[in-house]
Amino acid sequence: MIAAHYVALQVVLPLISAPICALFPRRSQLTWGIALVVTGISLFMSFNVLNTVLDHGLISYELGGWVAPLGIEYRIDVLSSLLMIIVSAIGAFVLLYARHSVEREIGKDRIHLFYTMYLLSFTGLLGMTVTGDVFNLFVFLEISSLSTYVLISMGAEKNGDPRALTAAYRYLILGTIGATFYVIGVGLMYMMTGTLNMADLVQRLPQVIDTGAIQAALAFLTVGMLLKAAVFPLHIWLPNAYAYAPSVVSAFLAATATKVSIYVLLRIFFTMFGSTNPLDGTPLSMILILLSIVAMFVGSIIAITQVNLKKLLAYSSVAQIGYIILGIVLATETGLIAGLVHLFNHAVMKCALFLALGAILAQRGSIYLNKIQGVGKQMPWTVGAFVTAGLSVIGVPLTAGFVSKWYLLKGVLEQGWWFVALLILISSLLAVIYIWKVIEVAYFKPVPENAPEAGEAPLSMLLPLWIMAGASVYFGIDANTTVDIAKTAAQSLLGGAP
Amino acid sequence: MNSISPLFWTIFIPCLGALGIYLANNDENKRELVTLSSAVLLFFTVISLVPGVMDGKRETFLLFHMTADLPVFLKIEPLGMTFALIASSLWIINSIYSIGYMRGNNEKHQTRFYICFAISIASVMGIAFAGNLLTLFIFYEAITLATYPLVTHSGTDKAKKAGRTYLGILLFTSVAFQLLAILWTHLVAGTGDFQPGGILAGKADGPLASILLFLFMYGIGKAALMPFHRWLPAAMVAPTPVSALLHAVAVVKAGVFSVVKIIVYIFGIDFLVSSVMTSWLLYISGATIIIASIIALKQDNLKRRLAYSTVSQLSYVTMAAAILSPISVKGAALHIVAHAFGKITLFFAAGSIYTAAHKTEISQLNGIGKRMPWTMAAFAIGALSMIGLPPTAGFISKWYILMGAMDAQSIFAIAVIFTSTLLNAAYFLPIIYVAFFKKESAETAEHPHGEAPLPIVIALTATAAGTLLIFLFPDLPLALAHQLVGVSP
Repeated sequence: MIAAHYVALQVVLPLISAPICALFPRRSQLTWGIALVVTGISLFMSFNVLNTVLDHGLISYELGGWVAPLGIEYRIDVLSSLLMIIVSAIGAFVLLYARHSVEREIGKDRIHLFYTMYLLSFTGLLGMTVTGDVFNLFVFLEISSLSTYVLISMGAEKNGDPRALTAAYRYLILGTIGATFYVIGVGLMYMMTGTLNMADLVQRLPQVIDTGAIQAALAFLTVGMLLKAAVFPLHIWLPNAYAYAPSVVSAFLAATATKVSIYVLLRIFFTMFGSTNPLDGTPLSMILILLSIVAMFVGSIIAITQVNLKKLLAYSSVAQIGYIILGIVLATETGLIAGLVHLFNHAVMKCALFLALGAILAQRGSIYLNKIQGVGKQMPWTVGAFVTAGLSVIGVPLTAGFVSKWYLLKGVLEQGWWFVALLILISSLLAVIYIWKVIEVAYFKPVPENAPEAGEAPLSMLLPLWIMAGASVYFGIDANTTVDIAKTAAQSLLGGAP
Repeated sequence: MNSISPLFWTIFIPCLGALGIYLANNDENKRELVTLSSAVLLFFTVISLVPGVMDGKRETFLLFHMTADLPVFLKIEPLGMTFALIASSLWIINSIYSIGYMRGNNEKHQTRFYICFAISIASVMGIAFAGNLLTLFIFYEAITLATYPLVTHSGTDKAKKAGRTYLGILLFTSVAFQLLAILWTHLVAGTGDFQPGGILAGKADGPLASILLFLFMYGIGKAALMPFHRWLPAAMVAPTPVSALLHAVAVVKAGVFSVVKIIVYIFGIDFLVSSVMTSWLLYISGATIIIASIIALKQDNLKRRLAYSTVSQLSYVTMAAAILSPISVKGAALHIVAHAFGKITLFFAAGSIYTAAHKTEISQLNGIGKRMPWTMAAFAIGALSMIGLPPTAGFISKWYILMGAMDAQSIFAIAVIFTSTLLNAAYFLPIIYVAFFKKESAETAEHPHGEAPLPIVIALTATAAGTLLIFLFPDLPLALAHQLVGVSP
């Protein structure tokens, strides 16, 4: 039955469809349609897989029927399925929104290439979440990264910003360093254990764990993925990349790329190297805790100074990633729940925020704070969605952000670190400042004389936008599903390999 | 926790009202009708809950589960009942007043105004009936956000700046202190539910509980404990109906209500008396009372004087709770009632003067009593209640607070009460004197005016009458206050 193959199909289908899109130059509507249908089918398959995992616990799928550890295995537990759903859902909903946005921002003769790259990026990220083979993960990592570099560079098209090219180039250099570090780590592990299969590594690593090679492997893997996850201070590629990329790309990436990299870190720390507890009171955990607290403050403070709203959101992401990493590094059940719930919540709220900005860019022609006065009156629904998701970033109760904050604070207080708790709270107050800057400009300033006549965004943009904004409220009121999934994932991570 | 109980409706009716107001946007009269009918409906719903409370029933209603171990639910108890009664009754009167004021001053964005009002009242109901700390926090933050558009109503730069102070102080205190305290309490006590006798006894030792008390008291920025009181005078930039209800009744009362509720139901009076360092709270609230009164003396702007008077009066409640005598805690509950009715009357009068005479400064008020007898008579009654003289409600609450201070043998509190009574007289009586016994200035004679529009006069007469009625018939508030500290079910 084909349902048994959904695990692989959801990745293969977009992979095949990508070059198909490249075959249709100037047929922007058609390629959009193909991309939308394909991601929609992938999303459907992802849901199916998720349900199966929730019922049966773990799915192990051998690609091509080749048995692991020689063959590539797709191994999906609750944690993988959480990430899988995030990638496929965001990928599909953003595509719903994309038609209008892409037409405004990308030249007509290149749109088909845009969708090609989008589908490749989607494939890569989705593949990373479901594979159980470390080298296969590298392959997907590269697929997603390379296509992402192209997607970001397309921000230089049409009325975009030529700085997108340098931003893409910088991300290319740094991202390649990160990916290379990762593959060096993989190489070292293969050399010492003879296997590339994650589940197998779990068995074999403990025997060689004290060797210099494996210690070096852990270091390379960690640094490589910290860079891809934009953890301070390895985040410097992120602000420009998110700011100058096309709006659709910013929305998709902000919600998925760093999250998947954090997932890989989870696999490294808790699954593969789980037996040594690399985060249990080690210098590594101290460093990461310190870095995440710095990230919370640096990200928020720099965000406050930004006039380019996309850059503002990008720096906000750096801070939010700090929260996620802090939760994870606590390495307790509560901490992991906090990190995973915020992983999900942040994906949803950041996607909404970037989608809102894309709509404002399309209608008002700018996302600079000094050029969008009064937009709240012209585009009430769009800005309303921005405010809703913004309240979630601040962590107002009844939004998803509050639930993440609750668990993070709980996890920190369980360790007795009341001072860190206070720091978390103060840094979240900084978010009030930068969100309120936007609110004041959007609602308190009158529309300037020479501003473009802006109407509300079209329904094709408003609908996915409000689905995301609505989700950031829904999961703040009923957090049961997200917390349960996070709890199961946390327990399996702490208990050892799936 | 069962089928739709009136508890749920107390929150839902104002929300429905907000929706109705939005839909009736185009027809002023229809829109006002929605507000008034929601208010009346809410009041009767709240009244229907009273018999149950008096019998000792403590009905609960589960709103939803945020996560499996974090329920958001409502639970009636006497203090919350008191608060809900005040807020729902005054919403009706304030709506009548607002209609007169907004139309009389031709204000813009009236629909937004009424919608935010309705949502604020819904949040107040949620605070009043909150069953645990999480629920309280949710609605506490909701009211901050819902009142922000009301405070910044005029949209001017001044309003925007005031809005920043308002939001800044309230969010800072609630996030940095209150949320921390709530989480810590959850961790230590295993729950955040409000229980008679408190939940911390036996779970937290003295030093930890003292820190928690500090975090809670300063985390409740709406109680305007110094130095986190600046948001109150800043918020005076709002139109007077907003100042009246929100800053005499809803927002500030949510603050001191939370203070008393947490002291009684999270810490428990006995636990506080035996183990916790609380004297700092007594001194700080006492200092706030005196300092705010002194600042009030120096204000010429009527609303600003009333704002600082509010800061001072709120600390009466905090200090009464800090005295930790059951009698003074009763006084605290009673003062929540007395101050609400008295202060709203005073703000109504201030708005009435502005609407009819366009005057805002006290120095302009010579002889205004002759032109606006109803307004100034109501003002006089409200002022007497603030000073604490019979036949006003303020006398009763002050009596209990004083009795409680004597019971606890707190010389400091007794001294503060006496001094502040004198100070109150010093900054209220002159206003009444110049209004009735001084001749009006030549300028005013050239620009004659009469009383304010009828809805305004009706409203201030009603609240002034309420102040007197509570003095004459104090049974309901007294009974509820007795239940609060007496034999707890």
